[in-house]
Amino acid sequence: MIQNNRLTETQYQQNFADIHPPFETTDAALTEANRCLFCYDAPCTKLCPTSINIPKFIKQITTDNIKGSAHTIFQSNIMGAGCSKVCPVEKLCEGACVYNNMDETPIHIAKLQRYSTEIAMKNNWQLFERKQSTGKKVAIVGAGPAGLSCAHVLSIEGVDVTIYEKESKGGGLMTYGIAAYKVTPQFCEDEVNYILGVGGIDVKYNQELGKNISLEELQRNYDAVYLSIGVGLANKLNIPGENLEGVEDAIEFIYNLRDKGYSSIKVGDRVAVIGMGMTAIDAATQAKRLGSNEVTMVYRRTEAEKNCTQHELDIARLDGCATLWLAAPKEIVGKNGKVKALVCDVMKLGEPDAKGKPAPIATGETVTLDVDMVIKATGQNPFEQLVSSYGINNNRGKINIVNNVTNIDKVFAGGDCVNGGKEVVDAVQAGKDGASAILKFMLNN
Amino acid sequence: MASLETNFLGIKSPNPFWLASAPPTDKKINVLRAYEAGWGGVVWKTLGSQVKNVSSRYSAVDYHGSRIMGFNNIELISDRPLDINLKEITEVVKLFPDRAMIVSLMADNNRESWHELIKKCEDAGAMGFELNFGCPHGMTERGMGAAVGQDPHIAKMVVEWVMEKATIPVITKLTPNVHSVVPTGRAAVEGGTNALSLINTIQSVTGIDLDTLVPNPYVAGKSVFGGYCGPAVKPIALKFLTTISQDELTSKVPISGIGGISTWKDAVEFMLLGATSVQVCTAAMKHGFRIVEDMCEGMSNWMDEKGFKTINDFIGKSVEKITHWEDLDINYHHIAKINQDACIHCGLCYIACEDTSHQSINIQQGNPYNTYTIKEDECVGCNLCKLVCPVAECITMEEHRVAPDYINWKMWQAEGRALNDH
Repeated sequence: MIQNNRLTETQYQQNFADIHPPFETTDAALTEANRCLFCYDAPCTKLCPTSINIPKFIKQITTDNIKGSAHTIFQSNIMGAGCSKVCPVEKLCEGACVYNNMDETPIHIAKLQRYSTEIAMKNNWQLFERKQSTGKKVAIVGAGPAGLSCAHVLSIEGVDVTIYEKESKGGGLMTYGIAAYKVTPQFCEDEVNYILGVGGIDVKYNQELGKNISLEELQRNYDAVYLSIGVGLANKLNIPGENLEGVEDAIEFIYNLRDKGYSSIKVGDRVAVIGMGMTAIDAATQAKRLGSNEVTMVYRRTEAEKNCTQHELDIARLDGCATLWLAAPKEIVGKNGKVKALVCDVMKLGEPDAKGKPAPIATGETVTLDVDMVIKATGQNPFEQLVSSYGINNNRGKINIVNNVTNIDKVFAGGDCVNGGKEVVDAVQAGKDGASAILKFMLNN
Repeated sequence: MASLETNFLGIKSPNPFWLASAPPTDKKINVLRAYEAGWGGVVWKTLGSQVKNVSSRYSAVDYHGSRIMGFNNIELISDRPLDINLKEITEVVKLFPDRAMIVSLMADNNRESWHELIKKCEDAGAMGFELNFGCPHGMTERGMGAAVGQDPHIAKMVVEWVMEKATIPVITKLTPNVHSVVPTGRAAVEGGTNALSLINTIQSVTGIDLDTLVPNPYVAGKSVFGGYCGPAVKPIALKFLTTISQDELTSKVPISGIGGISTWKDAVEFMLLGATSVQVCTAAMKHGFRIVEDMCEGMSNWMDEKGFKTINDFIGKSVEKITHWEDLDINYHHIAKINQDACIHCGLCYIACEDTSHQSINIQQGNPYNTYTIKEDECVGCNLCKLVCPVAECITMEEHRVAPDYINWKMWQAEGRALNDH
């Protein structure tokens, strides 16, 4: 049965408490910071998409220069606070830490990054000063990580930025698409406000491209336009039963959970989550944490091909989520219009596909899961219709760019709407790249 | 198993580890706890005229997350009444007759005062004396402590006064607040001292509170120079010790080594450079008396491994290995080698060499791990890369002699050989 309000308020609080708690004391942070070897041409920095000078910011913690430490982080990644909570660090900075080569625990880089950035946010240290206004104006569509990052760089350079955001809050996927036990809605709001604190950035909420505003209008009124519109809802499964009551989109599920409060979110007794990426993990663990009895993650390949990190899968397993490998949804069976079971083809691995992963092939056998809820997390669809309607070149919805610019005059793009959906940290870097390209473009015009 | 028994001028102790004259040896309760923990002896905190101390008294230098790399104090000699100290010394000696009981002395600057103090301490049961010619603060202003140790003539005169009266062994403690400890050391030996000990603390300012701008230790908005000790001063102490061990006159008397000794290894090093016993303070003040257990066990195990049966078998063995620069073999050359299997790719060797040394390390970019190799033709064998490498045995220095024969700087010059290598 699908129902809400399964737990007590205390249980909800416990289940959605910060999964990676911060250092409790300065001494704890110092002890960890002092372990850092201060590598040269550091592997951790090389694997950070935003190239944060990690040894430097950690060293600055040890010298009692927290302001400098936070500046070092934000200089490369203005969402450094949020990234410290949501980055899959085990495959990025921490995965590259040289201590791994000594079979020692890597430096807790994310935790140290959180330490410095939280202090900076708490004290509202505005560490960047805007240059005098250049009189140039840029419109940014989407106040997610890419848009905010782009806006911040532009604003510092004296550009007047207007962001058009379709939701009522900024932060994009950070605010709406990530498990609540990683970042709280309050944190996301604080982070957006902190970033906007630099000034020169006007955010217009509840303004959607193609609805309230048009690209032509932006092109007309601004010196440049940056599209950071992200990606939309989950891919369709295109199987019978997809419209039954109890079939949900993972992004929508996570969005509602964050937007409406835990107790109002309905979950089934037995839930199947389709997919094995980070969003699938976030949906599965949170369904369990909302009080679902059984959660099974269904993936058409094997554990070796999963898209999530091992660390994330371990979280799901510790939460008691089951996994069903080599199973591809074939049909959702309903009764009285409600989900009753999920029938899957049993697959085997074949030759590598275009992306290099072994292609799953149906064996002809099927397996049936007795479930009352199905959450789809098999990737998200870019806004193909929208971008095509403006004549923007795209690849099945993913905007094509060359040096951050689209085929449309003075329209730039970056982030998930270009790459189809990557990490927050990738979007932040895309925003920086977009800003550089825009600045160069405006200089030449 | 090796024996750690120590005989210092007839004063016996079960091991060479003594507690230095300092706060840990100021009272019966401390000394009894030290003896129970296994310390071989103590030098009772300096006795002299009645003084008064201030608050606070200590400060320290921390390094890279570790506390007390160096320690600093502005305490004076014992501020307890002499009678109490003497009574307690008697009681302690009675309870632990097998441990060394040396009493540190700093009498007022006249013969009678010294004689009177010596008499009282001998009566109390002292087995030996240590003359405090080293205290760098508080007492110097009154013409005592380092003020004596810094002037060989005064030092000799005071030693002579002491020797007129003392019937038990006398150790003269030297101050390092001089360019060389040898002149005062010689003066003390000429004055008749039976032994020397070194070093006392080094005058210092350990740091400043960056909020109040007052240096530490803080005393009502002011500070003074203090006496620096602890691990940071060990290399300085070993150098001073070596000069005493190599001098023709001062090397004739036994030496008690002091200065940053925290482990059995430190102690062995002092003894290899000529110390018969060692004195410890800062390490005990940081960790308590229990550290002596590993000091004894570690030294004993090392002696077993090296085949030394008694401490006399290795005392002084490294003294002759410290020579003059002009006697070093110029044809000796070694080159760094990086073990690629052990390398963790931190790049510390590279940046140290590239920025500050001889640009002798190649960098081959990788993602995320670079590969570092030695440019053998460029390496001067300075050791810097090996010193900064966080992995033991990753960088080794391999011998590549320039030529088989020994040749030193003097010979090189006499032969008129080319000087410029570049």
